[in-house]
Amino acid sequence: MTLRIMEKNVIATESEIEVKDIYEKLTARKLAFIFGGIAGIIVLSILACSVGAAHISFAEVAKVIFAKLTGLNFAVRKVADTVVWQVRFPRVLLAIVAGAGLAISGAGIQGITRNPLASPFTMGISAGAALGAAVAIVLGWSIVGMGKFFIAGNSFLFALFSAFLVLGVSKLRGTTEETLILAGIAIMYIITAIVSFLQFIAGKEKLQGLIHWLFGSLANANWDKLFFVSIFVFLGSFFLFRYSWDLNAMISGEEVAKGLGVNTERVKNVVLILCSFITAGVICFTGIIGFVCLMSPHIARMYIGADHRFLLPSSCIVGAFLLLGADTLGRTLLSSSEIPVGIIVAFLGGPFFLYLLLTKQRGF
Amino acid sequence: MKLSIKGIEFHYNSHKVLKDVTFQVVEGEVLALVGPNGSGKSTLLKCINRILKPQKGTVLLDGKNIETFTNRDIGKLIGYVPQSAFHTFSLTIFEMVLLGRKPYVTWKIGERDKKVVWEILSVMGLDKISDRSFNELSGGEKQKVLIAMALAQEPEVLLLDEPTSHLDLRHQLEIASLIFKLVKKQKVSVIFATHDLNLAGRFSDKVAFLKRGEIFAIGSPQEVFTPEIIKEVYGIQAKVLSQTEIERPLVIPISPC
Repeated sequence: MTLRIMEKNVIATESEIEVKDIYEKLTARKLAFIFGGIAGIIVLSILACSVGAAHISFAEVAKVIFAKLTGLNFAVRKVADTVVWQVRFPRVLLAIVAGAGLAISGAGIQGITRNPLASPFTMGISAGAALGAAVAIVLGWSIVGMGKFFIAGNSFLFALFSAFLVLGVSKLRGTTEETLILAGIAIMYIITAIVSFLQFIAGKEKLQGLIHWLFGSLANANWDKLFFVSIFVFLGSFFLFRYSWDLNAMISGEEVAKGLGVNTERVKNVVLILCSFITAGVICFTGIIGFVCLMSPHIARMYIGADHRFLLPSSCIVGAFLLLGADTLGRTLLSSSEIPVGIIVAFLGGPFFLYLLLTKQRGF
Repeated sequence: MKLSIKGIEFHYNSHKVLKDVTFQVVEGEVLALVGPNGSGKSTLLKCINRILKPQKGTVLLDGKNIETFTNRDIGKLIGYVPQSAFHTFSLTIFEMVLLGRKPYVTWKIGERDKKVVWEILSVMGLDKISDRSFNELSGGEKQKVLIAMALAQEPEVLLLDEPTSHLDLRHQLEIASLIFKLVKKQKVSVIFATHDLNLAGRFSDKVAFLKRGEIFAIGSPQEVFTPEIIKEVYGIQAKVLSQTEIERPLVIPISPC
């Protein structure tokens, strides 16, 4: 025997149709945000490939990319081909993938902790990544040994190590949202202190290298980096999307979630681990880019609400947009040199967020 | 579905909350759980659908130990309405009620899921405001949404923790009689915790008095609503009117003793 409310005839069908209407309008609006966002990113990408020291027209950018993707031949200048395909396009794609990855991790962590201030950074992941980079740059030692991924590999493993440390410590007291965040912040401070100490003892040249790494930058983007970052982001996001319903249940309260048959402990662990992998996979190649993972989910929520089926993809779009926009500005603002994207994204993203906070109706 | 609770014991660290609680609810029966603050009402409800795991005792659903069910199956069989909820990130009413379908869906919601949700929203009178965000609602509206969410689970057992505590008199009657009618029609077994003895007496087949984690008295409202039992459990003098318009006994609290 189940509760078959449908058989009742007390229900006015008109009101049902009305609810259906409201629901479909809401869904349409969310989908419009997502597809509009994708279109916006494509336009911004072409713009980003076009601007810079060597100006290349939109048409030429489109031709180069189209030619490479389809294998057809178009008449394009050699310089345009090299600049777009070897330099700008991989960088643009890296900005998109990295931005999306950071944003979805932020949404995931905020979902399981139900805390608007939480992000992969409060889980000690960024501090761990910084320590890994610092050890590699200053001490010249890396877990992965010498080679191409001397810094990135070390940074990645240290980031994961500190994430597991946070998870482990909070497990000792039962993983509540509070212990997870407090343990994360405590460990972040400890690790940051070690990084500061390494900066303190580092020679001038190494210090400069480390500080540059810590700023966060997409300047050395290439297809190789893009490949590795994409693997983490796509795989992680794929699994994270499957937890959309569980995250919706989590934000409705732990007891409600359990009542709906959600294994809350497992959801917390899995989401935390997935977000750690994505974030570590991104920042070990880009350096510490803050703000995107914390703020993108909030911005997305203001437009489309908290339903994770839509929030996760929307956060990705906002994150990609923010990072791509900031990076493009960063490399074109000054003619003499590039401003690292980590600086720009916080400097411009902060006021943008405040503007939204003060003008948008829907709270978070 | 028949629900048997056998010898449930629960303690937080050394503090014993429930001691050897045993009772049964047969299919389609409504049991009201009453008792003073801290007597263990909420804890007992949470032990039944395994939000909390009791240290001793068993819960049987139609004779089958609940531990043999998966979490998802429990979500299909037992609906739970918490006392209150605050959400940092707030879903809309529609999304929350849809969440009640969680035990049935993996990723994509089907037409039937939507239909169930739409009908419940209409029945509960939430249809006009279904796009509003949960946190913007009044206490009463929130309670209605939480009840609607549990109904969307199409449960066979419904556990409600003070389901009408934030409602005004009119809405209390409306919601209570709506739940009562719905569950009677569908033979859903209900346990609801409440502080309102008269509501308990009016909308239940059986009332269980809980005192310091133990069942002090259980029976029909006519049997257990006596000045003696109320005095023992609550420590107050009360008058019980047995001949009333609603054909159920009415309790009038007089003074603490």
